[in-house]
Amino acid sequence: MPEPSSPKPDIHAIRLAAATVSFKDKNLVFDCTIPQGASVAVTGPSGAGKSTLFNVIAGFQPIRSGSVEIFGKDMAGRDPAERPVSIVFQENNLFAHLTVEQNVGLGIDPSLRLDADGRGRVDDALSRAGLGGFGQRKPAQLSGGERQRVALARAIVRRRPILLLDEPFAALDPAMRADMAALLAQLREETNSTLLFITHQLEDVQRLADRAMFIDRGLIAFAAPLETFLEHRRLPALNDFLGIDR
Amino acid sequence: MAGGDEREVRIARRRPGQGNGRRISGHGMYTTSERRAITGAGGFTLAFIVLFAGLATGVLLLHAQDGAGGTLFDAYLFRITRFTLLQAGVSTLLSVVLAIPVARALARRRAFTGRSWIIRLSALPLGLPALVAALGIVEVWGRRGVINELLAAMGLANPVSVYGLAGILIAHVFFNLPLAVRLLLAGLERIPAEYWLTSANLGMRSGAVFRLIEWPVIRGLLPGVAGLVFMLCATSFTIVLTLGGGPAATTIEVAIYQALRFDFDPPRAVILSALQILLTGTLLLVLRLLGTPAEEAPTTGRTIRRFDGARERLTDALVIGAFVAFTAAPLLAVVASGLAADLPRLAVDPLLHRALITSLLISLASATLCLVIAIPTVAIGPASENRPETPLRLLAGGLHAASSLILLVPPVVVATGWFLMLRGLGGTARFAPFVIVVINALMALPFVVRVLAPAYRTHVARTGRLSVSLGVTAWHRIRWIDLPALRRPLMTAFAFAMALSLGDLSAVAIFGADGIVTLPWLLFSRMGSYRTADAAGVALLLGIVCLLLTLPSTASEKTTSKHDA
Repeated sequence: MPEPSSPKPDIHAIRLAAATVSFKDKNLVFDCTIPQGASVAVTGPSGAGKSTLFNVIAGFQPIRSGSVEIFGKDMAGRDPAERPVSIVFQENNLFAHLTVEQNVGLGIDPSLRLDADGRGRVDDALSRAGLGGFGQRKPAQLSGGERQRVALARAIVRRRPILLLDEPFAALDPAMRADMAALLAQLREETNSTLLFITHQLEDVQRLADRAMFIDRGLIAFAAPLETFLEHRRLPALNDFLGIDR
Repeated sequence: MAGGDEREVRIARRRPGQGNGRRISGHGMYTTSERRAITGAGGFTLAFIVLFAGLATGVLLLHAQDGAGGTLFDAYLFRITRFTLLQAGVSTLLSVVLAIPVARALARRRAFTGRSWIIRLSALPLGLPALVAALGIVEVWGRRGVINELLAAMGLANPVSVYGLAGILIAHVFFNLPLAVRLLLAGLERIPAEYWLTSANLGMRSGAVFRLIEWPVIRGLLPGVAGLVFMLCATSFTIVLTLGGGPAATTIEVAIYQALRFDFDPPRAVILSALQILLTGTLLLVLRLLGTPAEEAPTTGRTIRRFDGARERLTDALVIGAFVAFTAAPLLAVVASGLAADLPRLAVDPLLHRALITSLLISLASATLCLVIAIPTVAIGPASENRPETPLRLLAGGLHAASSLILLVPPVVVATGWFLMLRGLGGTARFAPFVIVVINALMALPFVVRVLAPAYRTHVARTGRLSVSLGVTAWHRIRWIDLPALRRPLMTAFAFAMALSLGDLSAVAIFGADGIVTLPWLLFSRMGSYRTADAAGVALLLGIVCLLLTLPSTASEKTTSKHDA
């Protein structure tokens, strides 16, 4: 298993330098640096490349040129599991036929052979996610919000310093969104991890992010600390997102 | 393509399915007179099916009463029952166990050249007449086939014999391994794409992926797949007739044929028929408990990308290669030996012309009849839903059950009943074509209903209320709304029913000696009389026609499910 690294504060968590992905009909080029401990909202129109950006960082999508550095280390040739990254999707994060406990346990040992210490860590993470006593249930017995919190509990036991959340709130109702956002904020505070999340809701951006980026047509069109981001008026597409009429 | 837009499409598509929004309520989908017409047609259809199969079964039971005294269950019956179950059991075990590695390999190798062709190849045996396949298998595995020549070259003295249990098993695996592969592969492809991303992110290795993700899915499908394959093997007639057939390798269905055609012992045929119905009835009950596996994989959602199995590249290549060789070899052998036959002489053979014309007439008539029966059967489903009147609901349930009646009472049994009945009326030859047409239509019915029912259901859900509110009803509705929208599934179903009838030997075998010569019957008699070159030519012709006819039903699978999504 790779190092549960304790990164030095002066190194950027993520640095993409002209990381280029080629699809049949388009090229996507990503350039950005994300400081350690940041919470970054990733926004932009559908099909702009938000998920592809996450796939590049997580190692699901090979890049044609450029580089991906995480904590100063080049990630070229590293499998998804060898990167200090955990990823949570909008849905299907849990294996439906495994119990909650087993789903979280996979974060400790991917072949699910757990010792007493591992089981203790699973229980601990579940109660931190507000799911104490849910260990023996199957995902189908949980609400959508509870399932997403199980996914977070797994991220907790994995102890990876970077957490990518691909529309984690999209399938949740407003009360669940608020719950989950609170849990994320708490998690970030406790572990000082770096958070990137994709969202279409301005509310999520304001609630959880301290930085934001806007992706449009395969490029990171604008990235800034939150206040600057919200004040920005020069990108029509971003204005549309922010709901500003010109 | 970036994932964002795909996902939104999926959400948009999924939402309506979650609520009750798309359920057909039955209210407002039809006018009263339309519903009355459907009810009338349905009642007529149900009466026809039940009468046709019921008369045959009734005659059999009557004969059974005066025919069978003490010989109800002698050693012979016991032996063939045991062989029927044994060969079906071993065939099922081989097909299903071998299908697991093939389906796994195909599921995790998502993008190699030729993958889509291999999946198409695995749909071919389904459309191939059993007799043609048997010929191809003899060419490959027979005494002078490729395999035995290879073995001889390696200095092995005892060649594999294709006749008997070995040949039956090879043929059944040839038909059912690809079927099982397709069903398991569809199951594996229904696994959400996020599972593979998550497992890669977590660092699961191939062993853990199998144990924790693939096996739970496969295990869930196994009972249904195995039950289906067992049913197909236990009622397999043509394969056992051509490759088995000796006293040591006979199934109940073939024994019925032999009792009737060779020993002329109707009472024995009757008892065997009763035994067959008992067996298929039990199997159908078990199958119902096991549930039938779905064949279509979802076409929405994220594209599946797999990150596991990097180390299994070589084994996967070997497994897929072996599967392709096993499945393609008999097909290629049919083509090769067919082209080597004296085709010009065969082309002017009057008997072949006669057989071709007879086969075409019978299959056209039977496909037409099949659709005539299938349409009320399919239409009555949505028309009866959420209706208070119980008679309509009962009628719909009855038709649904009747459409699968041929699975309970196999073609050979129905044919035997009618043969005995017509013999009593004097002369089977005159009525034989009509009986064969109806039996072939009933054989295709379960499959045709399975093609048409979902298409029609979706169509009515989309257009029912609109048509009624616009007053486009009755014939106008059929002409302008239903036929144009359902033309493709109707044609697919028609072609499939035709192919099934063209390739069928079971019904015609019972009547065969009485002057009816169809293509399969001609092929069968040429194979039997060692005119193998002629047989190869006929097989090639029959194989090509049937594959062309079943092509739409296998090729359109993806597109139809896309339309339905």
